[in-house]
Amino acid sequence: MSVIYLLITISIVVAIAFLVAFIKAVKSGQYDDDYTPSVRMLFDDEIVKENPNKIIQTEKQKSI
Amino acid sequence: MDTENCFHCGNEIVKKDEIVFDDKKFCCNGCKTVYEIFSQNDLTCYYDFQAAPGATPQDIQGKYDFLDNEEIVSKLLEFQERTTHIVSLYIPHIHCSSCIWILENLQRLQPGINASQVNFGEKKVRVTFNPEQTSLKDIVYLLSSIGYEPYISLENFDEGKKQVDRSLIYKIGVAFFCFGNIMLLSFPEYFEVEEYWIDQYRGFFRWLIFGLSLPIFIYSASGYYVSAWKSMKSGLLNIDIPIALGIVVMFVRSTVDIIFDYGQGFFDSMAGLIFFMLLGKLFQKKTYDFLSFERDYKSYFPIAITKILPNGEEESVQVYDIEKGDRLLIRNQELIPVDGILISEKASIDYSFVTGEAVPIEKKSGDKVFAGGKQMGKVIEMEVLFSVSNSYLTQLWSNDVFQKRVEQQHKNITDRISRYFTPALLALSIVSFIYWVFIDVTTAFNVFTAILIVACPCALALTAPFTLGNVLRILGNRKLYLKNALVVEQLAKVDTIVFDKTGTITTNKKTAITYEGTELNASELKLLKNVLRGSNHPLSRRLYEFIPNQDKMETSSFEEIIGKGISAEIHGNTVKLGSSQFLKTMTENTHKKTKVHVEINGIYKGSYVFNNQYRKGIEQLFENLSKHYNLVVLSGDNDGERSILEKMLPAKTTLVFNQKPEQKLQYIEQLQKEGKNVMMVGDGLNDAGALAQSNLGLSISENVNVFSPACDGILDATQFHKIGFFMRYSKNAMKTIYMSFGLSLLYNVVGLSYAITGKLDPIVAAIIMPLSTITIVSFVTILTNLYARKE
Repeated sequence: MSVIYLLITISIVVAIAFLVAFIKAVKSGQYDDDYTPSVRMLFDDEIVKENPNKIIQTEKQKSI
Repeated sequence: MDTENCFHCGNEIVKKDEIVFDDKKFCCNGCKTVYEIFSQNDLTCYYDFQAAPGATPQDIQGKYDFLDNEEIVSKLLEFQERTTHIVSLYIPHIHCSSCIWILENLQRLQPGINASQVNFGEKKVRVTFNPEQTSLKDIVYLLSSIGYEPYISLENFDEGKKQVDRSLIYKIGVAFFCFGNIMLLSFPEYFEVEEYWIDQYRGFFRWLIFGLSLPIFIYSASGYYVSAWKSMKSGLLNIDIPIALGIVVMFVRSTVDIIFDYGQGFFDSMAGLIFFMLLGKLFQKKTYDFLSFERDYKSYFPIAITKILPNGEEESVQVYDIEKGDRLLIRNQELIPVDGILISEKASIDYSFVTGEAVPIEKKSGDKVFAGGKQMGKVIEMEVLFSVSNSYLTQLWSNDVFQKRVEQQHKNITDRISRYFTPALLALSIVSFIYWVFIDVTTAFNVFTAILIVACPCALALTAPFTLGNVLRILGNRKLYLKNALVVEQLAKVDTIVFDKTGTITTNKKTAITYEGTELNASELKLLKNVLRGSNHPLSRRLYEFIPNQDKMETSSFEEIIGKGISAEIHGNTVKLGSSQFLKTMTENTHKKTKVHVEINGIYKGSYVFNNQYRKGIEQLFENLSKHYNLVVLSGDNDGERSILEKMLPAKTTLVFNQKPEQKLQYIEQLQKEGKNVMMVGDGLNDAGALAQSNLGLSISENVNVFSPACDGILDATQFHKIGFFMRYSKNAMKTIYMSFGLSLLYNVVGLSYAITGKLDPIVAAIIMPLSTITIVSFVTILTNLYARKE
């Protein structure tokens, strides 16, 4: 019957792991902005084309 | 499509300015250029997320020259290393998913940018770049060229890294962890099955629960102990005293219970109580990240300005370094940071930040120019008279009201209630203790602690946060943004409302002219325009500018009767313009609106209406408000409009003119000394003092993202006519709070009846506590939403 000690210890350890993960996530600033990530994940990765104009454009940029 | 809108910015296209590029229509060259940049860099996805998301880029030539100054740049940077710089820029235009997408793809537009990340809530973009390949100035120019001009002001100076306080979230996390596990482990005992299995493990479960309750008791609830201790020291009985007392008693009694094996204790109720109360705190803490309620002149002022050295060279200097006698160069759209004397021949200065008046004021060489004005048009030179902190406008901030930021000047509603609740509770527990002592000492202790546990005013403490938090959200949806929940209470207490005139009850947009009546055809418009050309009457001049350009025609006769109108003859057509008496169309001019009536060849056509620049619905608003509040209009202008205002506003309204910023402040102070609870409604920086002095400062803003002086609430200008509703709503919110106080006291009575008779089981406490919380929360949420519908 002493398996209950083991099981409860495991369950508490798992719970503590989640708590630590949560605190870490908050600390890293993940919860500071709760809107932008929801939009960001919906952007598709569009196909990257070779663009010959690119270099010319950036030059032009600087002259503006 | 009837009206064409610009593909980039969505503005209506004026036909003659239309530019077609790549089969798409643009309203101006700027918009087209942005499209060009995007299309050449494969960034046209920008237009897929949202139709017409862009803004027209503004001409910023020379505006950011100060970013060449290393010293200033290093003040703006968040992080600085040899190859990595990080800067956070505030961009007011951020408003949709397209904005996020383009700003997070900046690295494709400019080499040297490593990454950029948008914080939508704060309208900020955080750019990581390599200073060897690009510079902050280049980035700012790039952003401006694609229509996302960042806003850099004196406020950003010395910004550094802001510390975010996340302790409440941590506390809630810990509380939830403990609460969940304790509940789980308490379950077997709730059913009290006299079974071998439970009996064997009882001790283990109880001590485990005890262990789990330690973090929540020591860490999560710590705020309540501190607050209770503080309030005891200052002699105020706030709600945190019975809460802290309840928590401590619960913990101690539960510990005693399990040590002597009396029962399982109340750890479950304690954990739940703390968790719910912390949730309430979080709910009340609704903040608007993109708004700032603490602005002073710093957020209006530029960070640096161009100084002309004696040898004629130009140099960017920090605004704080400007000294008396310096010569400054002010470009188009630049703000004048100090008082000075104009050296250039002519300047036209827009003081709308200061007064709310949008029409620029003409200044000539030698005139004094005051800080806070914006130069419109050509580049001007000026000589400095006072340094920044000594200027006319900025001196206002040296007034005491800005120095003393009292933490809380008034007691909130919960604290007022607890002034009666706390002593009553203590008295009750002591009386029952004494009563039970004569019967049974053990029960006496049980009863004493049970009362303190059950009466722990959890529901009471939750009522106000949930009601006010919800009200704050509802008001936010209706574009009234309040600083915090306390402001709602203040709003309900106001008895005097003081309005600023210019920019507050008037709009700072130019008056719109509308036409009513039979449509005029092209030749009639031509006649009209030609008649108006001869007149010098102000209304004629404005109407003349309003009507589109027409060919010139000779007038054969022209007569202007002063104060009445014009009658003229062109090519055999007679045209009459003027008041209704002049045209004899209506018997009397009963309308309050200014109108110019038109008659061509003896046929009445219609009238041009000059909508007065007062905000929509103002007469109605004042009429309604005057029934319940004292109204004052406090204006910095001369009393030229007194007669109009007197006619328009209810007779009881007090009108005060010629008020300087300090006088406005003193006027409010005077009203407060008379015992009035004053709300100030203002807009410009000249109201800043009055806004700070008043019990509640409400700032009206045409664009809530950009500017508003320090205040307690920001109201979108389009919602101005709803002030009456907001005031009523706040009163209803307070009513809701009182009602749910009644409800929670009812629960207390039920709980107490168990406690006094000495029959409080842990399971009863565990049921009553969440039940009362849920009732209260749903009750106040439903009621506040219902009140919001009643408009």
